[in-house]
Amino acid sequence: MRLVLEKRAERSQMAALFSPILALLLTVITGAIIFSLRGLNPLDALYVYFVEPLTAQWSIEQLLVKATPLVLIGAGLSVCYLANVWNIGAEGQLTMGAIFGGMIPVMFPAWQSPLTLVAMLVMGVIGGMAYGAIPALLKNRFHANEILTSLMLVYVVQLFLDWLVRGPWRDPAGFNFPKSITFEGWQLLPYLFGSVHAGVLFAVAAVIVLAIMMARMLKGFEVRVMGSAPRAGRFAGFSRERMVMFSFMLSGGLAGLAGVTEIASVVGQLQPTISPGYGFAAIIVAFLGRLNPIGVLIAGLLLALSYLGGEAAQITLGISDKIAKVFQGILLFFILACDTLILYRIRFETSRRAALAAAE
Amino acid sequence: MDMFTAILLTIITAATPLLLAALGELVTERSGVLNLGVEGMMVMGAVSGFGAAFLSGSPYVGILAAIAAGMAMAVLFGFLTLTLVANQVAAGLALTLLGLGLSGLIGESFVGQPLATKPGNVFGIDILVVFSLLLTAAVSYVLFRTKVGLIIRAVGDNHGSAHALGYGVIAVRYACVLFGGACSGLAGGYLSLVYTPQWVENMTAGRGWIALALVVFASWLPWRTCAGAYLFGAISILAYTVQTLGWGIPSQFLSSLPYLVTIAALVVISGNRLLTRANTPACLGQAFVPDR
Amino acid sequence: MKKLMLSATAFALALGMAAASASAADKVKACWVYVGAIGDFGWTYQHNQGVEAVKKELGDKVEAVIVENVAEADSERAIERLARDGCAIIFTTSFGFMEPTLKVAKKFPDVKFEHATGYKTADNVTTYNAKFHEGRYVIGQIAAKMSKTGVAGYIVSFPIPEVVSGINAFMLGAQSINPDFKVKIVWANTWYDPGKEADAAKVLFSQGADIIAQHTDSTAALQVAEEQGKQGFGQASDMIKFAPKAQLTAIVDNWAPYYIRRVNDVLNGTWKSQSSWDGMAEGTVNIAPFTNMPDDVAKMATETAEAIKTGKLHPFTGPITKQDGTVVGEAGKGLPDGDILGMNWYVKGIDDTLPQ
Repeated sequence: MRLVLEKRAERSQMAALFSPILALLLTVITGAIIFSLRGLNPLDALYVYFVEPLTAQWSIEQLLVKATPLVLIGAGLSVCYLANVWNIGAEGQLTMGAIFGGMIPVMFPAWQSPLTLVAMLVMGVIGGMAYGAIPALLKNRFHANEILTSLMLVYVVQLFLDWLVRGPWRDPAGFNFPKSITFEGWQLLPYLFGSVHAGVLFAVAAVIVLAIMMARMLKGFEVRVMGSAPRAGRFAGFSRERMVMFSFMLSGGLAGLAGVTEIASVVGQLQPTISPGYGFAAIIVAFLGRLNPIGVLIAGLLLALSYLGGEAAQITLGISDKIAKVFQGILLFFILACDTLILYRIRFETSRRAALAAAE
Repeated sequence: MDMFTAILLTIITAATPLLLAALGELVTERSGVLNLGVEGMMVMGAVSGFGAAFLSGSPYVGILAAIAAGMAMAVLFGFLTLTLVANQVAAGLALTLLGLGLSGLIGESFVGQPLATKPGNVFGIDILVVFSLLLTAAVSYVLFRTKVGLIIRAVGDNHGSAHALGYGVIAVRYACVLFGGACSGLAGGYLSLVYTPQWVENMTAGRGWIALALVVFASWLPWRTCAGAYLFGAISILAYTVQTLGWGIPSQFLSSLPYLVTIAALVVISGNRLLTRANTPACLGQAFVPDR
Repeated sequence: MKKLMLSATAFALALGMAAASASAADKVKACWVYVGAIGDFGWTYQHNQGVEAVKKELGDKVEAVIVENVAEADSERAIERLARDGCAIIFTTSFGFMEPTLKVAKKFPDVKFEHATGYKTADNVTTYNAKFHEGRYVIGQIAAKMSKTGVAGYIVSFPIPEVVSGINAFMLGAQSINPDFKVKIVWANTWYDPGKEADAAKVLFSQGADIIAQHTDSTAALQVAEEQGKQGFGQASDMIKFAPKAQLTAIVDNWAPYYIRRVNDVLNGTWKSQSSWDGMAEGTVNIAPFTNMPDDVAKMATETAEAIKTGKLHPFTGPITKQDGTVVGEAGKGLPDGDILGMNWYVKGIDDTLPQ
């Protein structure tokens, strides 16, 4: 018996709706098996993982905060990937955004006005854009593979930040520990309610703007054409080089914004590592969201939920962090696998029938 | 042993896991499949290799287990991306996530355990170093001098035509993905059995990503991959050597040198457009579904 | 429904615990936040050994909860989550958790917080650390005695005061035996990457060092020493199993006595904010058995360790000449704790530059 894919004439709306549900169901079943094997009540475990984080206002707030950088970066990357441009280095652009944004409170610690915050945010975006422009430039000018250069640049900027906070930007009153001064007042984003900071609005705004751009504007059309049919795009007068630069600067700028948002809210200072891998996790978010800004929003929340659920599982049930990671991996696998159903119909053929079909 | 030989040997051992994993990925990519899950396959190889060697007492059983574990992970990736035509980039990242979690789980009881014996040496060089060089030669020969290599490259460059000519695109890709898994698993096993004989969580520490970078850096050519791995190893080791001289260069700068040099070398090599274009698998990362 | 009731009970329990925090309690929920993986066989592993000891010692009286692999950016949420879940005492075991710990502590005045290796305290926030430099003075002396080339290699992670004071103590110990002793330093820029640590060790041996010391976590460097017939010291835990011929001794982090004491304090209602800096005397810094050395060296090391424990010897006894030639410390007196906790200079004779 073998499995055969048949391309559907058009995207199945039905499957598009049900594939995530099916994926979730399969994950839940697999998860239940794993949890029972570890001697846990699977229902309890699943409840803690998926539902408990949504039962308290505080953890819902935390969910929004955690999803913010993922959505910001993921939205930018989804445009990038649609254009067939492979920015894998959002983590580095995030870090550069944090460095640029953090420069203002570190250099002018006494400057306290709403403009401080605006300047930080603008600098953050500029930092991310500039750092994103490097692989784009290297690709346009020297045809250097952008997957590689953007990834390598992540390590470089992380070491640069490390040097900054251990050397020139170290808090003079900080016992020589690798931290900058802690930010205060207008060097931090205001809180909207509870523990939700204003950065959440950036994520929502980014999603809306990009959704409109992709659906209604010529630029969105250009991105799609250059991504799926670059030759046709060239005949239409679009430039591949400009598209590479545009998508890198867009995704880099959003990653930079995510970086400065983090240091102006959750982290509150510069330190050797700012992000627990948001730039890489956002790649998953972009694909889970099917490279669609609205989808990215949902995917970002889902991934954030799985982080929170993993934590909750450790605390409430003593499940190790590794099981949480395995669980996350399985969830991704099933979502990816089930997405196949949207474009394809799956049939199982016995080998005899396959042979017959071949003979016809 | 004089200083020069000692440093040379250090460079070679540092480069060997990178070379092994990169060779596997090179073949995978030549067939048109981009597997970003090298890190996940490597770390599974490391834990399985160590575990098998620890439980059986034989490092060779460990090596086989490492290869098997890498292949098992590759099967998962293959099913997802080849059979179900899921996105390769996302599937590779998921594979890494899964590998890091699963290896930690499997390895819980191996932490803090020493290994009784290491694999043997040939002329004072461990056999896996020798093997990695032989493998480079073999991959180079098969890819460019045999019909099998021709088919692999055809599948990677134009899967439509390869299919029309009657080659089983999916089958060829499965084989190449499995080969990549085996090599990555072996590279992981090298870490936990030879290089630093122990198991600790996340012990691959990003080497899978470096291996991926090396493949592109080498523009998909086996001997250039070998040179790239040694160059990368050499710069990391020389960075340490420079530190011991006390010149006062910030160590962060020295640590970032291997990456900067990789970028610079890439720019120089890619500038030569003819060469890269000739070697980049045209169908890299694209899913294939046979029409019927 | 059952869940609802469960969480209601937990909530009531948390309230009850908060109310009872001043007086004695029958059972206490003690929580730990780790920066790394328990399986690192280094820093986090040793903290977890401490937690295991607490569980063994206090049995039913303690409910221990741990969260591992918590990134700094996620730590505030993880700590707050524990506080909300009714933890009576929360240990945060990484320097990077300092600000998040303080922030959460402000919101939960009835919960006790213990932050490892930091310097900011509050009414309900204690700091605790270990005088690792005491152990490093002892191994410095051993290194000077055992080295034939007069050069030791030293692999280090990051230039924070704990690490810098460790290098200095090692050097001062070595210089007390051999004034011309040399230390070669390699910054690995990681706490934990066996491959890089092995590479650094190989480079250092090729540069003439025949003894290796480290302030990184894995056993890799010591295994290289074993293979090359050189010697070295274990870090964080006793690594003799990995290097039966090479390990001279090891500096072992032992958080068990401290953790048991502090959890007991909460049980008895006697917990007070403090900043605790225990060393060899309290058993927080342990020295593994002296192995692979002649009896006279072992005897000397035992005596030095004893002198440090009884307070007769302070590793940083003035006057100490810095790398730049200036002199610090009063003659015959140990440097004040503050100077050691914020140390960012080298003693004379170290051939390396610290980032300023």
